[in-house]
Amino acid sequence: MIANVLASAGPGFQAPGVDEFYPTPLGEFSLLGIQFAITRITLISWVAVALVIGFFVLAARRPQLVPGRLQFAGESAYGLIRNSVAREVLGHQGLRYAPYLASLFFFILANNIMGIIPFAQVSPNAKFALPALLAGLTYIMFNYIGIRQHGLVPYLRANLFPPGVPWPMYLLVTPIEFASTFIFRPVTLAVRLFANMFAGHLLLAVFALGTVYLLSVPNFSKIFSLASFAMAIVMTFFELLIEVLQAYVFTVLTAVYLEGAMSEH
Amino acid sequence: MLMLAAGGEPNPLIPNLGEVIIGLVAFAVLGYALMKLAFPAFERAYAARTEAIEGGLRRAEETQAEARRVLEEYTRQMAEARTEAATIRDDARADAERITEAMRQHAQEESARIVARGEEQLAGQRQYLVAELRREIGQLSVDLAERIVGDSLSGTVARRKTVDRFLAELDDVSGVGPRANA
Repeated sequence: MIANVLASAGPGFQAPGVDEFYPTPLGEFSLLGIQFAITRITLISWVAVALVIGFFVLAARRPQLVPGRLQFAGESAYGLIRNSVAREVLGHQGLRYAPYLASLFFFILANNIMGIIPFAQVSPNAKFALPALLAGLTYIMFNYIGIRQHGLVPYLRANLFPPGVPWPMYLLVTPIEFASTFIFRPVTLAVRLFANMFAGHLLLAVFALGTVYLLSVPNFSKIFSLASFAMAIVMTFFELLIEVLQAYVFTVLTAVYLEGAMSEH
Repeated sequence: MLMLAAGGEPNPLIPNLGEVIIGLVAFAVLGYALMKLAFPAFERAYAARTEAIEGGLRRAEETQAEARRVLEEYTRQMAEARTEAATIRDDARADAERITEAMRQHAQEESARIVARGEEQLAGQRQYLVAELRREIGQLSVDLAERIVGDSLSGTVARRKTVDRFLAELDDVSGVGPRANA
């Protein structure tokens, strides 16, 4: 794809577009009428998953009372989500959800970080499928827990008819509450992560391709390729921040939604 | 972005079902592996560490409690010993007082007895002296009367009766038994 851009660099700069995210499939098959395409983004996701599993399984092998360096790293990484997200947001019962929240966080983080790893340089979360899946899981989870804990009707009543509101206001409040809890929550969760990764990749691609393009310009504008290159480097660090932050935000919001479903009366 | 994608390009906000399923499988594999192989081991390590720390604290607390108990025992024994010593001292003091008192009393009794005996002896001697004196006075009186009246009067019964009467009168005056007759 980059080669394509390079080849067509002569006539003018061609900005990277949506087709960045639709690379040629390496393999395709159809199962039960569903089309599966294995692309390099799919492979990047698998590598991310393999790295996370490898790190944690190695770190947790033969745990010691006084941890070694790797065990300490693994425990700290897990403890970050366990203590400052699961226990902080969900209270003591949150420890039950700590493994899920930690899995979610490190899955998102590894996939996000792939956006700045050389040779990968695109996050699988920049395709809507993955954030939509994860947000869908969160959605199913918090609704299931809420209904299991309080029963369907009390759960819906608590969400749609918040207490302490004069009844005519329900005409206004109930549709807003419904939209905000049952529609906007999962959509914003998915879109926030997806859009950050999508835009981040385009940003990096613009500056990277810009650097290459400006170098190919036959006049002194070549020197601007340095500025473009510097921006690409700065943006890479910026992206690292965004990637970590978005993984954290997704996990914290999932915990907050779970807490909301559990605590409603 | 959406607007740009409206042409011939695919809409990036429409997820591909196949991708979703592949993602689900990847996430499930990751979740399963971590929740089976990694996180429980970490939880066990946390628990073991907490246990080790709390166990250490508990042992320290036990040792402290033992030390406190021993100290209390020692203090209690000291107090007991002190009380006992005081009791013994008090007893000894009481004993000494009792013995002194008894000895004093005994001495008083003894002195009283000695005084009484002395008085008794004195009374006996006085009585004896009085009787002796009376007899001699009687004799002296007779002698005196004989000398005054002369030899004519002596030897007759009448004279003897006069003397006896005189003596009896003397007895009545002094209140002493008729010893003069003997």
